Amino acid sequence: METIAPPLDAAPTDRRTVDKIVIRFAGDSGDGMQVAGSRFTDASAYFGNDLSTLPSFPAEIRAPAGTLPGVSSFQVQIADYDILTAGDAPDCLVAMNPAALRTNLSDLRAGGTLIVNTEAFDERNLLKAGYTENPLETGLAEKYRVIEAPMDSLTKEAVKDSGVTGRDVLRSKNFFALGLLGWLFNRPLQPTVDWVETKFVKKPSVVAANISALRAGWNFGETTEAAKTTFEVKPAALRPGTYTNVTGNTALAWGLIAAAQCAKLPLFYGTYPITPASDILHELSTHKNFGVRTFQAEDEIAAVGAVIGAAFSGNLAVTGTSGPGLALKSEAVSLAINTELPMILVDVQRAGPSTGMPTKVEQADLFIAMFGRHGEAPLPIIAIPTPSEAFDLTIEAARIALKYMTPVILLSDNHVANSSEPWLLPDVDKLPDISIPFAIGIKQNGHGPANGNRQFLPYERNIETFARPWAIPGTPGLEHRIGGLEKEAVTGNVSYDPDNHQLMTDTRAWKIANIANDIPPVEVRHEEGAEILVLGWGSTFGAIRAAANRLRLKDKAIATAHLRYLNPFPANLGEVLAAYRTVLVPELNSGQLRQLLRAEFLVDVQGLNKIAGEPFKVSEIETAILDLMEAS
Amino acid sequence: MTAPTYSRSDFQTDQEVRWCPGCGDYTILAAVQGFMANLGVARERIVFVSGIGCSSRFPYYMNTYGLHSIHGRAPAIASGIAATRQDLSVWVVTGDGDGLSIGGNHLIHALRRNFNLKILLFNNQIYGLTKGQYSPTSEQGKQTKSTPMGSVDYPFNPISLALGAEASFVARTIDMDRTHTTEILQAAYEHQGTAFIEIYQNCNVFNDKAFVQLTGKEERAINRIDLVHGKPITFAGGEKAIVLEDGRAKIVETSSVDSSRILVHDETRSDPTVAFALSRLSHGPYGPTPLGIFRKLSRPRYETAMSQQLIDAQAKRGPGDLATLLSSAGTWDVK
Repeated sequence: METIAPPLDAAPTDRRTVDKIVIRFAGDSGDGMQVAGSRFTDASAYFGNDLSTLPSFPAEIRAPAGTLPGVSSFQVQIADYDILTAGDAPDCLVAMNPAALRTNLSDLRAGGTLIVNTEAFDERNLLKAGYTENPLETGLAEKYRVIEAPMDSLTKEAVKDSGVTGRDVLRSKNFFALGLLGWLFNRPLQPTVDWVETKFVKKPSVVAANISALRAGWNFGETTEAAKTTFEVKPAALRPGTYTNVTGNTALAWGLIAAAQCAKLPLFYGTYPITPASDILHELSTHKNFGVRTFQAEDEIAAVGAVIGAAFSGNLAVTGTSGPGLALKSEAVSLAINTELPMILVDVQRAGPSTGMPTKVEQADLFIAMFGRHGEAPLPIIAIPTPSEAFDLTIEAARIALKYMTPVILLSDNHVANSSEPWLLPDVDKLPDISIPFAIGIKQNGHGPANGNRQFLPYERNIETFARPWAIPGTPGLEHRIGGLEKEAVTGNVSYDPDNHQLMTDTRAWKIANIANDIPPVEVRHEEGAEILVLGWGSTFGAIRAAANRLRLKDKAIATAHLRYLNPFPANLGEVLAAYRTVLVPELNSGQLRQLLRAEFLVDVQGLNKIAGEPFKVSEIETAILDLMEAS
Repeated sequence: MTAPTYSRSDFQTDQEVRWCPGCGDYTILAAVQGFMANLGVARERIVFVSGIGCSSRFPYYMNTYGLHSIHGRAPAIASGIAATRQDLSVWVVTGDGDGLSIGGNHLIHALRRNFNLKILLFNNQIYGLTKGQYSPTSEQGKQTKSTPMGSVDYPFNPISLALGAEASFVARTIDMDRTHTTEILQAAYEHQGTAFIEIYQNCNVFNDKAFVQLTGKEERAINRIDLVHGKPITFAGGEKAIVLEDGRAKIVETSSVDSSRILVHDETRSDPTVAFALSRLSHGPYGPTPLGIFRKLSRPRYETAMSQQLIDAQAKRGPGDLATLLSSAGTWDVK
């Protein structure tokens, strides 16, 4: 897997086939880089490449134009084989202004392609980016293949007949850049044309402008022979089937809709806007024809409160938030545990503490998910490793919540939420049935022996799952009261009895621990002779797996495993940990899973920890593993 | 379905009622149970939701569905029930601490949204369950365990607050008057939307006789102003009356004004100004204080509008199809 740095003396318009390319679009947050990146991604997806994306944007909606904090970027890796990350370093960088160049150039591979909008490199923008002289005039071409395009004037010229005027003219600049990239990397333009026509169907002038700019970008490359070599990445040999390109937030939202159907329940999503979870709300709110009720509450506490009410009254009840919101919901989650009501709490983690870096990734909410409640309040925790797995794991979270009558925390993070990858669509007819019957009479199916008296017993438990019955308002004869006060076992009456409190505490803990018998064992990808196990959770999946793949090419045997279930742990995890001389846990936190594993299994787990607001680079994990190998 | 016939005892539970002997909560409980027995709504269709505090024990004593939740959050929890189950009659029981202090935010938002919730705020002007601290409705200067030199907090006027929060139904009643309480409960039930009822409730342990100016025989005769829709507002045996002057409600001697100047109570005014003016006649149960319905306004219910959007979406796009959804962002085939 060589870099794609081309020979500088390649023949004109030589077309070269490479196995992968990493491209980064960088510009001002108003420059439309996320759109350009997404369109390039989709075009590549339709072409059949495997791909993975990494969007990066500032928290500010519009930081001052041209400044360093205002830079927004989108990185995508496309390949002709199964890839796992968006790539460590770009082979091609699009810099729409000096600030974008300054903040991204150091990542560009030596010999890589640099595309710049020369007209943005005026004195004012250079000053804002902190350049004392124009970097385009100081030897960049010696290190990189530089393609200079006067994008402003070429875009203006291209869109002059479209009908857009004033400031809207330069809005199409990103499509010019996209067209140029399309030429350079031999991408089909049609998927982008189709998207523009659908997206802006009510604004014909914008459709015309964007398509004209796109074509102008392509033609600029073609007619000026902007580069001596163009590149091509052949379609990847993915598993046969129908694919779509999906982000984690979208797959999670769709997973909720699917879970409600699998559970034969209406979906209620109560939430408060918070980055990076808000897109789940946005997505769900467009699917009211599925019977989805979305409720934007007055605050995080009200959101989980409404969800508790919706759970009590018989919905698949879900709230979504990020770390600060989970902290606010904490008291209510303990109520949900005490009342044993089923619900899903989605935490799309971001860099903290406090507001931290809201648009950056971190995995530092594992402890709050695990322990962030008052009293003895255990609950199941599931973590999503990749955007495409968000769908199935969301259904799984619902299954566990309903079967065991418990809140479940579903951990995503900013990287899973906003990055995308091809997803082999499931057969919707084969999704699991996760429905459980509501209690309808005093004698409960599967809820223990019928009691002798005529009183409904809301805490009489299922003998296998220890779940209590779900008796929803409207059911005659099952009127009952639940609440935050400790309940007497079986009757659910308020109780201050010491032995009963012990029993109920033990029962709540046992109910959750017992779920270990109802989840798949952790799978280890073992290679003959491997003595080191690299164990991950959440969005580190791709980087860990890619690092292991690189080591395999170097004939270094390594075992990897990835945890989806963080509480309870899979039943075989202790055995797996004991089978390796060294266990390395890479985490985007200071060692939270490592600490849990050490406490639970008394194994001297090693950590690789990064709290920089960015995903691991594959090379960082590879290096850490090599260091461990050398140390042994 | 025929309306079930109940007696008050059908709404009693087997749980021992644990309020202090003599607490005003007993009379409210009896009034509510008696009212529910005659409401014609099946017991299983009724849900009581409460927060934390003395009043919030209420659901345990009502043989309906009930959820005793956490401090201040009952309106939020009840909103989740009302949003998804239009077939239920959802009642919130809260207090001045629960509803106006820790839960103030949820209360005001529930009021503006206009879910079909009935919110009973038991106002005893004190924290009872935590044993006697001042509350957001305690009078300034009140000496309590937490304010030995007197409270410096300026109190809320719950009726003014509810009106300011765009509540569509705002009323006040008092624990000692069961007939009045029952009338207000009935009107609240019939109201389509969120009904806010402030119920003056005596805490005989920590704040006894707080409402004596409205309950004492002599005091009541001169201080209780009954708001009756369509009737001129007079009180003190007709000797005193309310007129509007400079936008304010003003107490005058009835004999001193032409009868045409006496304010005729209209609870249906869409503009809340007059209702607000009436709420400012007293800032607590001190001196002449109105009881009754300040405002009853027809406004679309949240859950009705929410459900209508689902119906509209299905009419426009058909019932959701999962396979179509998963393909909606475009697909490609790998052979």
